[in-house]
Amino acid sequence: MLRFIFSRLLTFLPTFFGVTLIAFAFIRVLPGDPIIVMAGERGVTPERYQELITQFGFDRPVIVQYWDYLKGVLHGDLGHSFVTKKPVWDEFFTLFPATLELSLCAIVFATLLGLPAGVIAAVNRGKFFDRTLMSSALIGYSMPIFWWALLLIIVFSGWLGWTPVSGRISLMYYFDNPTGFMLWDALWSGQKGALWSAIHHLILPTIVLGTIPLAVIARQTRSAMLEVLSEDYIRTARAKGLAPFRVNGVHALRNALIPVITVIGLSVGTLLAGAILTETIFSWPGIGKWMVDSIFRRDYPVVQGGLVLIAVMVMIVNLTVDMLYGFINPKIRKR
Amino acid sequence: MAETTASTPTAAVARPGRLREFWYYFRENRGAVMGFWVFAAFIVVALFAPWIAPHDPSQQFRDHLLQPPFWQEGGSLAFPLGTDALGRDMLSRLLNGARYSFYVGIVVVAFAATGGIIIGLIAGFAPKWLDTIIMRIMDIVLAFPSLLLALVLVAILGPSLTNAMIAIAIVLQPHYVRLTRASVMSERSKDYVTAAKVAGAGTVRLMFVTVLPNCLSPIIVQGALSFSTAILDAAALGFLGMGAQPPTPEWGTMLAEAREFILRAWWVVTFPGLAILITVLAINLMGDGLRDALDPKLKRS
Repeated sequence: MLRFIFSRLLTFLPTFFGVTLIAFAFIRVLPGDPIIVMAGERGVTPERYQELITQFGFDRPVIVQYWDYLKGVLHGDLGHSFVTKKPVWDEFFTLFPATLELSLCAIVFATLLGLPAGVIAAVNRGKFFDRTLMSSALIGYSMPIFWWALLLIIVFSGWLGWTPVSGRISLMYYFDNPTGFMLWDALWSGQKGALWSAIHHLILPTIVLGTIPLAVIARQTRSAMLEVLSEDYIRTARAKGLAPFRVNGVHALRNALIPVITVIGLSVGTLLAGAILTETIFSWPGIGKWMVDSIFRRDYPVVQGGLVLIAVMVMIVNLTVDMLYGFINPKIRKR
Repeated sequence: MAETTASTPTAAVARPGRLREFWYYFRENRGAVMGFWVFAAFIVVALFAPWIAPHDPSQQFRDHLLQPPFWQEGGSLAFPLGTDALGRDMLSRLLNGARYSFYVGIVVVAFAATGGIIIGLIAGFAPKWLDTIIMRIMDIVLAFPSLLLALVLVAILGPSLTNAMIAIAIVLQPHYVRLTRASVMSERSKDYVTAAKVAGAGTVRLMFVTVLPNCLSPIIVQGALSFSTAILDAAALGFLGMGAQPPTPEWGTMLAEAREFILRAWWVVTFPGLAILITVLAINLMGDGLRDALDPKLKRS
């Protein structure tokens, strides 16, 4: 097991260096001089230009610059935003809880609906339920989620007026947001209705972000269940006279869960990408919207730092899932 | 001359046999067949859009701004699916939009697959150190969420449909590399490859003539699936303003333009998205059928 963990960690390192190298190269392959871009419309005098070049170290060899950049990254220094002048690291961590909150809600939503749907479909294989559920899953899987979001807004916010269109909480409520998790802070703010408002704002983004993982989980659960259901021990359990619910829900599901857990884990990475569209549409102040806004504002240090942080986060999530999988399923460790 | 005419029929008979076998398995999946016909219709529309469409997609009818579809009050059959905020015919724009999606799908899959297959073959045949380097590079590309990486690449290259296609092709490439390499690895140790090697086949011949045809099934399935991913991602980039630029009637770009009217004119938002969904769904249905028909492990012999 230790060797397995060690070998996985070893593959992590080169990928990490590669990610930082790509992020470092990003600013250099951009059309235009970064200093001119930084100076913006006001322009810059030739003397000041030289000064800035030295200050940012652009006059030194590229390899030295990369080394300095890498040292910075390892110390948590990802540069400062052109626009807000705040450290990228700080900006990331003030916005990250919003994305995490949304992603967790989406995953919970997707799992709570996807698991039973997959099980029901597998148990009723080939019948009406199976076909309906799997057709819906395929539709969900093919859904352009930015359009899905607009449709839900038309129906639930426009026609029915049930849910708000954007933001995390109604402007009526104001309180400190120490943890960054709106649900939690709203609960402890002691203000009447604050929690309800926060939940209201979460519903549509959660559904939109959770749709594709929901479809993936349902499909995966179904195929894993089908595989397990043809095993001998399931026949034995049935022959013993166990109730169908116990056979399907306990004996079969428990063993079908292993690949499903992997899919759930890996979709966390996908969610952070899906959050780009969802957050932009619902004006959700998370890292997805932050990245898109920064790209449009040409705030390059933020894009650069955000790329590294998001990639590293995805890598850590995938590494953890990988190890958990090796832990649950010893066969994997041998590879 | 007589010889060539004599040999053609045998070749012609061998081909349909294989196709027919494929069709036999493919046909069993009703969803896949439905997807296939929808996709065929999509291709026809994409090829003949300018002739099918009732109006020019960029012509503005100033007297008919935001006119609803014909079955609603105020609609007319001249504009069956209504008009957008500039008075352009929705149906004509949607039909022409199919061209862009088709174009994106074809170009992206062609580039991603060709590049991915070649790199994958090299990785599969190369010495271990080169293989490791290639696969680590692919891991790096895969570490970034694909849409984010595509977005950043487009930011570097400048927003346009061509650059969006390049970005999406780069992002999709690693999947082909991994898939090709994995199949090459499992094929390489088989007897027929050894036999070809003993017979004196060079590495290039082994790669492309001996091994590649036997690795194609999963690649074809991946090709179908990434066709739909390419359409979705290109639409997403267009929606974010980083893909095709207005007034191009690309479906994602149309959605972006329509966003401010969502509560006033449902049709300008609904139809482009529906077009994306139907196309992607059809391709995914077809991809599922392809997998069942091509995967020998699942074939019920």
